[in-house]
Amino acid sequence: MKLCGAAILIECLIEQGVQTLFGFPGGAVLPIYDELYKREDRISHILTAHEQHAGHAADGYARATGRTGVCLATSGPGATNLVTAIATAYMDSSPVVFLTGNVPQQLMGTDSFQEADILGITMSITKHSWLVTDVRKLAQTVREAFFIAKSGRPGPVLIDIPKDVQIAECEYEPASGQALIPNYSPDHPALQLQPYGKQLEEYKRRVTPYLERACELIQAAQRPLIYAGGGVTDAASELKALSERMDAPVANTLMGLGTIDPQSPMSLGMVGMHGTHAANIAMQRCDLLLAVGVRFSDRALGNAEAFAPGAKVIHIDLDRAEINKNVSTTLHITGHARVVLELLCERLPAQRHTDWVRQASSMRENYLQNDLFEPRNVLHALHEAAGDMTVATDVGQHQMWTAQHFPFSRPRQLITSGGLGTMGFGFGAAIGASVGTGKPVVLVTGDGSFRMNLTELSTAQHYGVPVIIVLFNNGTLGMVRQWQTLFFSKHYSQTTLDRGPDFMKLAEAYGLAGWRVQTLDAFRQAIAQALDAGRPCIVECMLGIDEMVAPMVAPGAPIDSFCLN
Amino acid sequence: MEPYDPFDPLDPAAPKPEAPHSRNTISTGTQAPVTRHTVSVLVQNQPGVLSRVSGLCSRRGFNIDSLAVGPTQNEDVSRITLTLQGDAAHIEQLVQQLYKLIVVQKVIVLDPRRSVERQLVLCKIRAGAAERDAVMRIVDIFRARIVDVARTTLTIELTGEDDKTQAMLGLLADYDILEIVRTGTVALQRGESTIAGGIWN
Ligand SMILES: Cc1ncc(C[n+]2csc(CCOP(=O)(O)OP(=O)(O)O)c2C)c(N)n1
Ligand SMILES: [Mg+2]
Repeated sequence: MKLCGAAILIECLIEQGVQTLFGFPGGAVLPIYDELYKREDRISHILTAHEQHAGHAADGYARATGRTGVCLATSGPGATNLVTAIATAYMDSSPVVFLTGNVPQQLMGTDSFQEADILGITMSITKHSWLVTDVRKLAQTVREAFFIAKSGRPGPVLIDIPKDVQIAECEYEPASGQALIPNYSPDHPALQLQPYGKQLEEYKRRVTPYLERACELIQAAQRPLIYAGGGVTDAASELKALSERMDAPVANTLMGLGTIDPQSPMSLGMVGMHGTHAANIAMQRCDLLLAVGVRFSDRALGNAEAFAPGAKVIHIDLDRAEINKNVSTTLHITGHARVVLELLCERLPAQRHTDWVRQASSMRENYLQNDLFEPRNVLHALHEAAGDMTVATDVGQHQMWTAQHFPFSRPRQLITSGGLGTMGFGFGAAIGASVGTGKPVVLVTGDGSFRMNLTELSTAQHYGVPVIIVLFNNGTLGMVRQWQTLFFSKHYSQTTLDRGPDFMKLAEAYGLAGWRVQTLDAFRQAIAQALDAGRPCIVECMLGIDEMVAPMVAPGAPIDSFCLN
Repeated sequence: MEPYDPFDPLDPAAPKPEAPHSRNTISTGTQAPVTRHTVSVLVQNQPGVLSRVSGLCSRRGFNIDSLAVGPTQNEDVSRITLTLQGDAAHIEQLVQQLYKLIVVQKVIVLDPRRSVERQLVLCKIRAGAAERDAVMRIVDIFRARIVDVARTTLTIELTGEDDKTQAMLGLLADYDILEIVRTGTVALQRGESTIAGGIWN
């Protein structure tokens, strides 16, 4: 059947099982919006107030569901507004397909109205990108884009479609099943699918000597530690099994939180600059570090030279480029965490390290809850009410407090900008996560971050997306203030937010319910009502301006030398 | 699949990227020897490939000495040759980062003892009747060629390895060099070895 490019695009999205896109229209995508209008029955569109938050929404959708998110924006300013969202998804390996319109090809390169070289601008923050120059290549490009975003180490991709390509017609042949998978070399390192059947046999054959060596190293260890990151998201049960088999405690990165049950004695919590004593000290004392799906970020490592000084390092990752990038390893195994952990577990005889495990887990802090209206108590109360609901955060102290004090019990429960640390990420991401899961989502945000994305209140309100906004109002850009307190002689340069808005009036203006609370009891009541409401609402928590995130390790210091306890 | 990995830790012949105690392979503290490397890359022949490769190099801090690109016997595939300075860890990172580009199909690091390398230099010098003979002697010694003669100038074409072109340009520096243009280094493995003859291609 003969269709125009815009219609082919929509058909291809439907082929991929896309139900929702997040976007914002403009001149260079009018043909696409026209087709969306016609296909409303098959594919829904969430109109945000700003393209950046449409991008974060698609990202949050992907993180919460594991399905690829889709975001659509117009040329020029629409496209450049996506840049922060693309970079955020890239740093956290989130599969998102970004679609942009561009000016007609005959105008490209002439500085025409709303023209921007979005392909060039985003080259270093996408896994791959395309400029579609011929409508006959469009369908294949969309199929490739979805395949690439999701295969190997996932990541954002971008398709730039000039307006003339959206209008031009060609024959469209629907595809399904195997035909949707483009013809790429199955061995391309960036595109590896989880092996099964014959491929799994072949993979096993190749990987066996590495597994054997890994087992030798593990068996020789006295104090083994597992260091698990975002790459373990889909391998939580394999992680648990291996941790038990190795009798090794588990430290998580920020992105890995939820891959092991925090109530388990094997869980030491988060490692790094704001890591727990247990995780950071175990990291420095272990003699074998099994790093899985991590990239040894400087925020996790502290001083790279002084990191895990006595340990042999085994690094398991899907992305070969992460091996020996920041930390040199004794052995590496490239592959899907789920497969490698399972194979390793099969091969490894049960180990016992009773003393070491006891020693490591005895360092776990048992916070005694009290009635003070402090971040950790608020987060404990939030957990009591929210359980295993999805929690999105913005960036700052509130993010670190959430990571430290809200016990995440399943992968994909915490949605946070780890790699790029994007203030303004949370609200869009929460909207996307809620739309994707069909469930209410909690957003923990700060007064500074919220001012970057509160424009999306109208979006949540209009679509009735139940995002429960827990706003930590400390009257400051708290995380920056904390650094000014510690390292810049308390010169609070441009971090005091003594300027409103009145968030309750704001809630009212958008037609939302809001509660301002200053005690734990009031918080508990408000959150219970908020969760019942099934609609977006704001619970504003009035916190002290000088609360700090502790523990803390100064940047570049060894991670067991805490500057705050 | 386990991708082609020239830095395989279980392969005794593989280069060892680091001294056993150093934790941070990126830091300048490591004393690993810095040498010149030639890296060949097969890429899909499509627009923007060169900016992807060169952009990656600059973003990740690889200082490329030269870069040459051209089509191969397969019209869908181009071959890029990079030369750069670095220690083994740097080169390992470069290879693995290149493999993250979807357009990259194969990367090899050439062993200088088992490969041939060439670059081409065109050099125009001011040479009237008085200088012509002396310059032509240098040209002969280096088995270069005169490709243009005018009343007041000579244009020389020289192909060779980096060392040779440097040496000749060193001698010509005694004359009035009007302009120089040089290609990046291109290189092939000797004998039966080919870039596509690896584990995947
Ligand atoms: C887009 C962006 N700009 C600046 C920063 C630097 N930054 C990190 S945390 C922070 C303060 C965040 O303030 P708030 O949202 O109120 O959170 P709090 O730390 O007070 O909990 C700032 C400015 C950032 N991470 N992202
Ligand atoms: Mg704040």
